[in-house]
Amino acid sequence: MSVAPAVVPTGPGESVHPLAVRVAAARSRTHRRATTVVAVGSLFALAAATASLLLGAAGLGVGDVLAALVGQGSPKAEFVIVRLRLPRVLAAIVAGTALGLGGALFQTTLRNPLASPDILGVTGGASLAAVGSMLLLGLEGPAVSLAAFAGALVVAALMWGLAWRDGLTGIRFVLVGIGLASIVSGLLGWLITRAEVREASEALVWMVGGIAGVGWPELGTAGSTLAVLLVLTVAFSPRMPLLALSDDSARSLGLDATRARATAIVLGVGLVAVATALAGPIAFVALVAAPIARALVGHGQAALAASAVVGAAIVLVADLVAQHAFTGFAVPVGIVTGLIGAPYLLWLIARGNRRGSDG
Amino acid sequence: MTPPAPHALRADALTLAYDGRRVVEGLDLEIPDGRITAVVGPNASGKSTLLRGLARLMRPEAGRVTLDGRDIRSFAPKEFARRVAVLPQQPVAPDGVLVAELVSRGRHPHRGWFGGRSSDDDRIVAEVLEATGTAELADRAVSELSGGQRQRVWIAMALAQRADIVLLDEPTSFLDVSHQLELLDLLTESNREHGTTVVMVLHELNLAARYADHLVVVDGGRIAAAGEPAAVMTAETVGAAFGLDCVVTPDPVAGSPMIVPIGRFHRA
Repeated sequence: MSVAPAVVPTGPGESVHPLAVRVAAARSRTHRRATTVVAVGSLFALAAATASLLLGAAGLGVGDVLAALVGQGSPKAEFVIVRLRLPRVLAAIVAGTALGLGGALFQTTLRNPLASPDILGVTGGASLAAVGSMLLLGLEGPAVSLAAFAGALVVAALMWGLAWRDGLTGIRFVLVGIGLASIVSGLLGWLITRAEVREASEALVWMVGGIAGVGWPELGTAGSTLAVLLVLTVAFSPRMPLLALSDDSARSLGLDATRARATAIVLGVGLVAVATALAGPIAFVALVAAPIARALVGHGQAALAASAVVGAAIVLVADLVAQHAFTGFAVPVGIVTGLIGAPYLLWLIARGNRRGSDG
Repeated sequence: MTPPAPHALRADALTLAYDGRRVVEGLDLEIPDGRITAVVGPNASGKSTLLRGLARLMRPEAGRVTLDGRDIRSFAPKEFARRVAVLPQQPVAPDGVLVAELVSRGRHPHRGWFGGRSSDDDRIVAEVLEATGTAELADRAVSELSGGQRQRVWIAMALAQRADIVLLDEPTSFLDVSHQLELLDLLTESNREHGTTVVMVLHELNLAARYADHLVVVDGGRIAAAGEPAAVMTAETVGAAFGLDCVVTPDPVAGSPMIVPIGRFHRA
């Protein structure tokens, strides 16, 4: 390899370039902000999780909860905490993390804030496959989760196949995805209207998303799959700053942009499928978590870690609201996130139109 | 000054197409090493497409582009990016990205799989910021800069790749005259001082004739003329390629050929 030319002749010795210090400072400014957001967001999520464990009709105090957590509580406390509340809290964290991160991967690599897996029908595909497997095939438990995973992959693959044309551009992918999302939701509605009433109430969870009644076995599967996907995403993440530029820029910096985008999408599909298989398509979390994280982190960063933390915090808080804000009855968490997400979606579309851009 | 290492970038019978529509057809081209080459041509002549082909941003339908005798498609992406830097037309940066951080992305081809940066990275970024006159902007957001500043930042990013060949697609479009000159001076400086081979698509014929050592006129996806500006930039060539009646006279400042267009109302 040839020796690259020096733009400015470097002085003798290893003296530190004064400007290099400023370059490093500008970079670490970007980093610090992201670290702060992750730290504060985690504390916030932790507080919400604690509140979720403490609040409830069972009348348990802090002491009862702590005792139950370490296996020293009364049988009643242990049942409420270990069987009901803790799995629910962990499910909120797993699903929120996966949705937030999945949304960030989609939006950044497709360079469009609307390009979220819930808008594009990927979560819908997971729901449809889950509901179909229950209602038509009579499947239960992990088999349903597996079907959800397959459904998300099928929709993503269809989207990829239909949108591919000598490469993959963001906007075509988004339009194809929105089309697929309507098809999927139509099929889902049809399946549910065909079903009997008892089944339909169960199927409702697969339409709006809910984390009530999640058990330890599903949680174990989802948690370990999430862990694997998190490691893979961390390994992939150095490519994100390049993918956030244009494809030509990414390529000219030595990145195989198409392959990198495919990898990001597959990771995102996996994450969304984990969340959907566990808790159904918790509405709009994937759409809103990443933009909030990006706004907090700033500096044009993809804010992957922050998106995951914000996603978890949103689901935890929304679940608190879903359980306790409505007197007399609890609603699925997806109803609450839907109430937050729908206005954001409207705002996003309205703003895009005003700017005359594609959003 | 002699170039750091001789490089031969060339196209052989190159055909480039979008969705089956051929834009460049059977084109042969050799880029002189260590010189400044300007590619000019009328709109839709295929000049930007040609640059994208040379830059490995497009897969040829036929023919090939070689660097030092090797098909450029056989290089690993980073390996190629360490030799050839490309500044695409109208690059976009995410809102709020800081100048220093964006320019640091130019170091990607020199990083390993996990993106670990070497201790040299910050020094090299500092050097290119200085060379492009953007040092003062290091901790500003790219989105709040003027067009001229922004373009210099993108060039800094390309220079941070430390490639011996730099390809630029219309680097001066959307810049006012003084910023166009500033940018071309900057590229000339990089060429003179370090032997960087510069290939750029330019719109402005007179600036192309003045700054280029080698001029390539593209018309209808083929090369209409190529060579020294003085030999290439004749009234006949310009007339044929651009459909423009003109007088060519020596540039009073640089002595390079200068196009003076005539138009309908000023014919003798």
